[in-house]
Amino acid sequence: MRRFDYTRAETVHDAVVALAANPDAQLLAGGTNLIDLMKYDVARPGAIIDINRLPLKDIEELPDGGLRIGALVSNSALAYDERVKERFPLLSSAILAGASPQLRNAATTGGNLLQRTRCYYFYDPSTPCNKREPGTGCSAIGGVNRIHAILGASDKCIAVHPSDMCVALAALGATVEVEGPDGNRDIDFADFHRLPGEHPERDNMLQAGEMVIALRIARNHFNRNYTYLKLRDRLSYAFALASVAAAMEVAEGQIVDLRIALGGVAHKPWRDALAEAEFAGREANEATFMQIADRLLSGAEGQGHNDFKIPLAEKAIIRALKQAAAGRPQDQVVKAIQ
Amino acid sequence: MDSALLGSGLPTCSVNISINGENRSLDIPPWVTLLDLLRGPLELTGTKKGCDHGQCGACTVLINGERVNSCLKLAVSLDGAEVTTIEGLGTPDNLHPMQKAFVEHDAFQCGYCTPGQICSAVGLVKEGRARSRADIRELMSGNLCRCGAYSNIADAIEEVLGAEGAQPYKEAAE
Repeated sequence: MRRFDYTRAETVHDAVVALAANPDAQLLAGGTNLIDLMKYDVARPGAIIDINRLPLKDIEELPDGGLRIGALVSNSALAYDERVKERFPLLSSAILAGASPQLRNAATTGGNLLQRTRCYYFYDPSTPCNKREPGTGCSAIGGVNRIHAILGASDKCIAVHPSDMCVALAALGATVEVEGPDGNRDIDFADFHRLPGEHPERDNMLQAGEMVIALRIARNHFNRNYTYLKLRDRLSYAFALASVAAAMEVAEGQIVDLRIALGGVAHKPWRDALAEAEFAGREANEATFMQIADRLLSGAEGQGHNDFKIPLAEKAIIRALKQAAAGRPQDQVVKAIQ
Repeated sequence: MDSALLGSGLPTCSVNISINGENRSLDIPPWVTLLDLLRGPLELTGTKKGCDHGQCGACTVLINGERVNSCLKLAVSLDGAEVTTIEGLGTPDNLHPMQKAFVEHDAFQCGYCTPGQICSAVGLVKEGRARSRADIRELMSGNLCRCGAYSNIADAIEEVLGAEGAQPYKEAAE
């Protein structure tokens, strides 16, 4: 690991001021992704600002019955929180579908949003990568691209966002609270991550010196008809090839409100709110679910090795919607898919 | 106070970490991981370096009672923390119940992943969330065993969970 200066931030303000003052600095929370990237010489911060002492470890009640989740709440604490399990079980389920107990104990809420892609080329400094070194090219296009994007990719980058948690947050329509040297602002979850376009080096819409301080999730009615279905090469401790966070309100066999987001298929959690709205009032049956899958995947393009992801995602969407409609969420321990 | 333990002449930070119940005042360069601190200057080589990237679990220790991959923690970030390694769980003459169960169930072959498996299993029992053998398997999925001793590892953990009177586990098993 390269050498760096280390400081501990005592307040959020100190952290963002120090971060804004030094473009070479990075924040350290759980470290489960950053330390790994530093060992591979992918991340090369000249300064580390340790934010683990900041008072961002609480899950607070919001007046509407929603929750405000501090950026330093661990993935374990969040997934097993009784209020989260009861009100937002989709979020608990998605978190428990990812990583391992050890990693979830260390990894934080804010860090999960900011984790980098697991594209093999991004992780290998000996290869060109526009995300790691802008302008060098994309080795995955025309290379080994089995795990790569089928939606929203560009000719500069076909990497995918690796998070499970973020797929649920996209479906639930969370809000990201960020603080910068000039104050606070909110970012809708759908707008937090970005597609690669011409600038794959930018994963999200944070400005220089800004840090995530919390997430807010408003109370909703998606705690009965929901599921997180994750398909991967092994049943545990592996990133998604395709995943689906689905939730709906159903009345008399009809979809009243639909939420669906896809993971493992794009540079950001993939959600199409317009498409969701079009299916309100439709029968909650397989014919409808097939149309939803068609609609969501209408722009899907394979890269060769990952062509299989298109039919995989299609089947995953249909199955997840069936699970959600039936109120039978995917079990994250006994992983047989019902 | 331990003198500068690593790389004399390099910039160091002072931290206090309780390691297996003993308070240590350490001056360490900030880029040293907990794993390298333990295995190097502290000579606690029970904790193993497998992948060094959070993918195998061999380096699992308990930090403030929670199981964590020590390869992905900067030691400097642990000021004031309590770390328990395999050396802090038991001794050859006085094994921790989990160590004893691993021996009795032959829950290893080469033994390299075993300290991490045992620390992880102790963390699992403390968490109190395992209700079934399937839960044990899933909640131990962060520890790989290339010899494939998984079924015996699950047997050992199952025995400790039962013996420690983990009530929910017993009820589920009946």
